[in-house]
Amino acid sequence: MSALHIKKGSTKHSAYNLRPNFSDVIESHTLAVVVDNEAGVLARVIGLFSGRGYNIDSLTVAEVDHTGHRSRITVVTRGTPQVIEQIKAQLGRIIPVHEVHDLTVDGASVERELALIKVAGEGEKRVEALRLADIFRANVVDSTLTSFVFELTGTPEKIDAFADLMRPLGLLEMARTGVAALSRGAL
Amino acid sequence: MVVQALIDQGVDTVFGYPGGAVLPIYDEIFQQNSIRHILVRHEQGAVHAAEGYARSTGKPGVALVTSGPGATNAVTGLTDALMDSIPIVVLTGQVPTFMIGTDGFQEADTVGITRPCTKHNWLVKDTDALPDVLHHAFHVATTGRPGPVLIDIPKDVQFANGTYKPVPKPSSYRYNPPVKGDMEEITELVAALETAKRPVFYTGGGVINSGPAAAQLLRELVDATGAPITSTLMGLGAYPASGKGWLGMLGMHGLYQANMAMHDCDLMINIGARFDDRITGRIDAFSPHSKKAHIDIDPSSINKVIRVDIPIVGDVAHVLEDILKVWKARGRKTNREALANWWEKIDSWKAVDCLNYAGSKTTIKPQYALQRLEALTKDRDRYITTEVGQHQMWAAQFLGFNEPNRWMTSGGLGTMGYGFPASIGVQMAHPDSLVINVAGEASWLMNMQEMGTAMQFRLPVKQFILNNERLGMVRQWQELLHGERYSHSWSESLPDFVKLAEAFGAKGILCKDPADLDDAIMEMINHDGPVIFDCLVEKHENCFPMIPSGEPHNKMLMGNASTQDAIKSGGAVMV
Repeated sequence: MSALHIKKGSTKHSAYNLRPNFSDVIESHTLAVVVDNEAGVLARVIGLFSGRGYNIDSLTVAEVDHTGHRSRITVVTRGTPQVIEQIKAQLGRIIPVHEVHDLTVDGASVERELALIKVAGEGEKRVEALRLADIFRANVVDSTLTSFVFELTGTPEKIDAFADLMRPLGLLEMARTGVAALSRGAL
Repeated sequence: MVVQALIDQGVDTVFGYPGGAVLPIYDEIFQQNSIRHILVRHEQGAVHAAEGYARSTGKPGVALVTSGPGATNAVTGLTDALMDSIPIVVLTGQVPTFMIGTDGFQEADTVGITRPCTKHNWLVKDTDALPDVLHHAFHVATTGRPGPVLIDIPKDVQFANGTYKPVPKPSSYRYNPPVKGDMEEITELVAALETAKRPVFYTGGGVINSGPAAAQLLRELVDATGAPITSTLMGLGAYPASGKGWLGMLGMHGLYQANMAMHDCDLMINIGARFDDRITGRIDAFSPHSKKAHIDIDPSSINKVIRVDIPIVGDVAHVLEDILKVWKARGRKTNREALANWWEKIDSWKAVDCLNYAGSKTTIKPQYALQRLEALTKDRDRYITTEVGQHQMWAAQFLGFNEPNRWMTSGGLGTMGYGFPASIGVQMAHPDSLVINVAGEASWLMNMQEMGTAMQFRLPVKQFILNNERLGMVRQWQELLHGERYSHSWSESLPDFVKLAEAFGAKGILCKDPADLDDAIMEMINHDGPVIFDCLVEKHENCFPMIPSGEPHNKMLMGNASTQDAIKSGGAVMV
């Protein structure tokens, strides 16, 4: 199936990585799935994950090519190498799926997530929240006399760390976009 | 437009059932003579009939049903076709586009419901898109690993006029999975085959799906290399049962020599099979000493269950052609001496005579009934369908198939009620052939309404029912696994099958004495019309050999004596 693209060099012979070195260690992989932007395509992709019992740790989807009607689904999943290979092969079977990239094995990649975090507090706590936000390079996008909404971009780990710090300072609500990822370099 | 697209796709037969949301298409069908419409009696029957048609011809089968209940009744057939990779195209009516989402009469989210049980499906909201989708649907159903597709067409889209487009070239579609295998892998496989001491070919439904050329090439390769061959339930007939390399079917109820050869081999060549759990038994003890090659057109089948050493993605016929080419070019080498020893070992397993059973002069043993059916029909132009259960396994064990596309059975999904409508589809495709559905009485009752279809269209399908008044396979598992507590596994209040046949205007035959069996079977064959053959068989016969759940290939049960405590508690949770 032409949809399954794994970069040259990562496999021994064919376009498919069919001879992976299997182990039983659970790995986290970030997959980028380029699909036709048509009704039901997201349901096909996530239905595959739920139907076959695969994990979704994070999911991001939006149209990325308006003229070509393409959307990019970025999904962070977990499993043994055999399960990860199976997930990629199963994704490749879906008719509107054009490409499946495993950013975790394809080489270096960048991953970012955006979060909006509402923190309520007064006095020292309020000052401390603002000071920490500055260290994390979070922006204040809304402010009242008793609350802030911070905007923070970074890796999921950075957002986790910031949220942990805000919790004792009055974290009320948080919205996260999930991971968006791209491979590094010109290709 | 729909009918024109079907005609242009070479469709000559549609199995269907009308309803409010497909009336415009039925109106078009009424006004033409190119396509024959077979009115079934239940939508599940339409889809199974389309499967039988497809499986016996290699062409896609087509079913046409209405919205809501019509579509939901088709779900079992779609799932069955997905599991067994059968190319079928199902057209469903839908409420008009402006009513979608309002819980209208006979509205169902058909594409939502059928998304996981089709290879792909479409809801067409624009009449101009309809011809493209219809042609694409046939392409998807038949290209790569075949499978069922569904097109949901709202009623207003059926009524509206649009611009028709002819069938595009297959190469114009983005979906065109590669058919040629990797030559390096193929060469590695040939090298392994040249030196293998104990090779075995393990073939499946993929050989049949690949087409007659694949079966021909398989025969050439097997006979030229002199290696033994076994097949899954779905692959029977690809290599002839009369061939010299034939070991018989493998798997849970496979033959002793086939399973032992799989367990002890040093090179396993899987061609178009998928290491299904009925085949592998316990995974961690599956063929422990072998190098494994796997040829499959679907990359997701490879390394899904069993990790293989030589993976080859490609179409069976193309890959076999290349294997033969490379093997011949390298001098047609085999490890003759070792192969002779291997066959000696296999012959000792064959001598166990694993299908042996205790005969009877007073009651008909189901195995005996199938042996006689085989003896009296094997030289005829014969097609066999089956339901699901003990009778299915006995049929696979005792009937021999020398050609592909002659054996239609529900393998992956195990759908009781498949065989009768499938036999109708087969008979439609092969009006002059002998079509027999080997059935159990319980399975057969699940779609018995199709007697009306068989009568209306004068389809002389023979319903050979092995009637043990039990859900035989369920009963067998309860005996072996659940302390002989036979919970709800008997068929009570069965109809009188002879009277039932007569009620439909068909012929009924009752047979309960082994001495009458041959005459009764001949009477069935010679009757020009549908026959219900009620063969009263031994009620408590178990199907052997059997690999108990959770056990490997070399731990087979051979008969009732070996079944005591055979299945451990770990195996009992398996299905």
